[in-house]
Amino acid sequence: MLSNEEYKELLKTARTIRHSVIDTTLKAGGAHVGGGMSMLDIVVMLYFKYMKIDVNNPDDPDRDRFVLSKGHAAIGYIPLLAEKGFFDKKLLDDFNKFKSPFGMHPDANKIPGCDASTGSLGHGLPMAVGMALGARIQKKSFYTYCIVGDGELNEGSNWEAAMTAAHYKVDNLLLFIDRNKHMIDGPVEDIMGIEPLADKWKAFGWKVLEIDGHDMYQISEAIEMAKEIKDQPVVVIAHTIKGKSVDFMEDETKWHYGAIDSALGEQAHASIDKMYVELGLTE
Amino acid sequence: MSKEVTGTTWNVYDANKLTQAEIYGRVLCDLGEEYPNLVGLTADLAKSTKIGLFEEKYPERFINTGIAEQNLFGIAAGMAKTGLLPVVSTMAAFASMRAAEQVRTDICYQNLNVKIIATHGGVSFASAGTTHHATEDVAIMRSFANMTVIVPADGIETANAVRASLKHDGPVYIRIGRGFEPTYYENEDYGFEIGKAVEVRDGTDITIIAMGITVLQAAEAADFLAKNDGLSVRVINMHTIKPIDREAIMKAVTETRRILTVEEHNVIGGLGTAVADVIAESGKGCAFTKVGLNDEFAEIGYPEDLYAYYKLDADGIIEKVREIMGKDFEEDDDWEDEV
Repeated sequence: MLSNEEYKELLKTARTIRHSVIDTTLKAGGAHVGGGMSMLDIVVMLYFKYMKIDVNNPDDPDRDRFVLSKGHAAIGYIPLLAEKGFFDKKLLDDFNKFKSPFGMHPDANKIPGCDASTGSLGHGLPMAVGMALGARIQKKSFYTYCIVGDGELNEGSNWEAAMTAAHYKVDNLLLFIDRNKHMIDGPVEDIMGIEPLADKWKAFGWKVLEIDGHDMYQISEAIEMAKEIKDQPVVVIAHTIKGKSVDFMEDETKWHYGAIDSALGEQAHASIDKMYVELGLTE
Repeated sequence: MSKEVTGTTWNVYDANKLTQAEIYGRVLCDLGEEYPNLVGLTADLAKSTKIGLFEEKYPERFINTGIAEQNLFGIAAGMAKTGLLPVVSTMAAFASMRAAEQVRTDICYQNLNVKIIATHGGVSFASAGTTHHATEDVAIMRSFANMTVIVPADGIETANAVRASLKHDGPVYIRIGRGFEPTYYENEDYGFEIGKAVEVRDGTDITIIAMGITVLQAAEAADFLAKNDGLSVRVINMHTIKPIDREAIMKAVTETRRILTVEEHNVIGGLGTAVADVIAESGKGCAFTKVGLNDEFAEIGYPEDLYAYYKLDADGIIEKVREIMGKDFEEDDDWEDEV
């Protein structure tokens, strides 16, 4: 259970990173802001409360792992790694530019703290299952976290990995589904529906939890609950809002990817601040 | 089927010897002791690919993903990222095509230490038909940055290739046959080295550059041609297609002036293309012919029938060499009268 102090600190961190996402998007000339914002609170919770990682030793073989299967959400992830302290935030100024380590999709060989190169959808969960099995085979206690997008679940390889994780009773892996309900061409349920989602995962042998993916208390509870479940993989269906915190982007399909100018940037910053005031952050 | 060559034929299988696939299965078991981080993976082909021998010895270090090749290679990538040394075995058609993107993006892009042993390469799964043939795999795999591509001549060389691949840092694709192919080598001590071709016959009139099962056939053809046609035929076992041995190719260009490549693969993108690249870039021409599948899907039949039909056996190679040798070839600038 989160303490009030922890809760406030996590909100502040998330707010700082959301501002950084907007600044980076401005400089980068465009980004997948919608999906970056929808998953952001979950990733903040993982990196700033639960994951056993050392920014000074990013390749520690015993560290917890994180796989951003929806790699296009790098805009919500790379500024977070900078905020965590894996590298200098100034490097974000060159996002998308020639020979920058950062582009639209994360390159693990170039980004300290990033555990997997992703971007082609449907690749992350198999890799995460491999990492979890790698821990088991080597009798290591590290934990693997993975986030997939909801539209991404159209890719069959996810379900191959789902079968394997259940068959091998993988319980050192926690999967989040960023259920923001939009994909490039429109609402997920209109383009290629995935419901009944919870039933699908249950049928595949997974334990299913459902939460509000922007509620820090619920995210924290889900993680702690998942770790108590043995001999079965756990998936958290996190109901989120695409573009969360930026009023003109929220729940809008078109903000899957987009560019903003400085006026829109100002509006975005103001909207972020307003949301956090409403959540009780006055500082 | 007529056979000009006596001795080893496709139909004679020495049951006392282990098959190509069995040898690699056993080698993996031995290497399991040497490499405690070695893990085996397959997709419902533990028996067919013989990686099941490793599973029997190390069940806790073996993962069978079921019939799910994309997942197979994704999991291998994840395991490699935790410090394990995954050896993945499935049929070449599925490793190179069904899972091509996982191999390229998860394994090669991240430059992971995953070793792929692709069985049933080329047309070796003959009667199974085109769905189970892999006559494009070398072209696909060699176009992936960071990937090393090896096509061993036989089971003995497969053992060498597997050992060498574990010492090599980065992804390796080892393409073998179905496992029933006759062997060329009698022992492993001939100096196998990744990227270093092996000259199996010396010669000055023409060089045959072969990979995989065609090495034995080319050697038999060379012996036959020496005896019956008085030809001095060099045979190179180009077991590593990438990185290719440029030195061996250029030596053949200057010393024999004629090159014939023989591959159990489409002539587009495989061994012949790799050799042609080297020759073209050198600016030094020579007579050059590729033998393989001519941009076509293979027929159904027994392996020996297909190898004969596509001129990949000794008879076919002899026919091709005679064709080339019968043509005028000069080392001048008059291209009109050359091969």
